[in-house]
Amino acid sequence: MARAATTADAFNALAEPRRRQILDLLATGELPVNDLVVLLGLAQPQVSKHLRVLRQVGLVDVRDEGRQRMYRLNGHPLKPIHDWVKQYEQLWSERLDRLDDVLAELKDAETGDADVNDKEDGADGNDE
Amino acid sequence: MAMTSSGTAVVTLPTDTQILITREFDAPRHLVYRVWTTPELIKRWWAGERGEVTSAEVDLQVGGKWRYVMVANGGFEVAFHGEYIEIVPNERIVATEVFEGAPDSPAVSTFTLAETAGRTTMTLLVEHQNQADRDAHINSGMEAGMQEGMDKLEQLARSLL
Repeated sequence: MARAATTADAFNALAEPRRRQILDLLATGELPVNDLVVLLGLAQPQVSKHLRVLRQVGLVDVRDEGRQRMYRLNGHPLKPIHDWVKQYEQLWSERLDRLDDVLAELKDAETGDADVNDKEDGADGNDE
Repeated sequence: MAMTSSGTAVVTLPTDTQILITREFDAPRHLVYRVWTTPELIKRWWAGERGEVTSAEVDLQVGGKWRYVMVANGGFEVAFHGEYIEIVPNERIVATEVFEGAPDSPAVSTFTLAETAGRTTMTLLVEHQNQADRDAHINSGMEAGMQEGMDKLEQLARSLL
């Protein structure tokens, strides 16, 4: 199976670890390409290649400042990825919320005489 | 009455092939372990709000098999099975995990419990063989999530026939 082009969308662009690293660095603020080269410890052409891919899918924006090329993160294309994972997270939230309900019953049962005790509101449990 | 609000499930993708699910519970870990491994109890939570667990088989020993089946609200069945690789009671379970809709893509899941002052942090790390399988797994979660009318659902339902 051929992989989709890295420039097809943000998902593919992010499949490469170095590109994720670049985004992590840019998450702290705008950086000139020279700083990225130093921080990544890669050769300039490689860094430029990754930045080109990121720019094509809109994950980074670039502007010229004097002789510097300044790159900054544009989080907007990340939203579909976030949403994608969120839906999966929602399934686990439902599951584990239910698990938590079952757990609360077991806990009451184990504490014994549970029905006599008031239910703590899950706040900081005072042990007697 | 759901009155517990001891934690929120958090899902992250630590690497290209992994899914990490974490959640804290306001209970000692032996109880979390019991809810996680007892078939009658699994039936009460594993489907979330998305259907009903119709079968939960657990042979909790190394080399033993497990299989969960749920009938989703959309009417189709979703099943997972696997085999236990490592078991440390109340602490850790490593098992294989196969989504029966994609039987050629087994994953390995590592379930761990850590207790501090009566509270338990659960982590579930699912390791796939490659990124495509990992992504398909996440999609299966969505599909099992079944917003009615989604085309993907229909495809999945058909693939399960």
